[in-house]
Amino acid sequence: MIPLSYYVVVSTLIFVIGLVGVLVRRNFLIILYSIELMLNAANINLVAFSHYLESIVGQILSLFIITIAAGEAAIGLAIIVVLFRKRATTNVDELNLLKW
Amino acid sequence: MTQAIFFFYFASITVISAILTVSMRNPVQCTIALLSALLHVAGLFILLHAEFIAAMQIIIYAGAILVLYLFVLMLLNLKQDETVLHQQFGFALFFSAVLLGEILLAFFQSPLLGKGSPSSVKGAPFKGNTESLGYALFTDYLLPFEMIGILLLGGIVGALVLAKQRPTR
Repeated sequence: MIPLSYYVVVSTLIFVIGLVGVLVRRNFLIILYSIELMLNAANINLVAFSHYLESIVGQILSLFIITIAAGEAAIGLAIIVVLFRKRATTNVDELNLLKW
Repeated sequence: MTQAIFFFYFASITVISAILTVSMRNPVQCTIALLSALLHVAGLFILLHAEFIAAMQIIIYAGAILVLYLFVLMLLNLKQDETVLHQQFGFALFFSAVLLGEILLAFFQSPLLGKGSPSSVKGAPFKGNTESLGYALFTDYLLPFEMIGILLLGGIVGALVLAKQRPTR
């Protein structure tokens, strides 16, 4: 039987890797990939606790998170397409029109 | 024992693919690494006896979302950048390392560390994973289910409105 803490460690590592990806990369698409990684880390946590507490609620929440990730991908990709049409770049540090 | 071997296989490949996702230079290679990470997370879900969530993970994430990402990637036809890192990546790495250290420190001082399965000896109270999930989803969680439907509708309409080509005058 795998202890619950192993799953929590794996989820922590994946979350921090996703956070590093959001902060470090310039490409908007890779930032969206990193957000997907962070959502997956939350899913691992929810499903692991749902298994060890024998409650189905965690799995329902993770189903909702998968749905929200699908919606986020659709909206994020639409924003990328519009931005690329206007500015011909997907690098976030060149999109500084609102920066003071 | 077999479970432990499978757990360490899935966990290590997931972490390695996640590292490759954020560190590869070519966006298509990043997508393939993310695909590997998502599939191995589905393997972790199967080890946790969440078969329905694992199937949804493969169908929705690996099947739908990743294909959508790859399609947009091909559509944009990005040129290879010589610098992939943001200018402030030193700060970002430092603070992420601090955060990871803090989380792991708090975790290894926790009194619940290593306490395995408090209730799993009782035997499964559910009739089946998918059946109990569907029962809970359509009784106790019906309102959140409907709200997530409204959110998906908003996502469809929002993506259409955003990406629609306006007629040039």
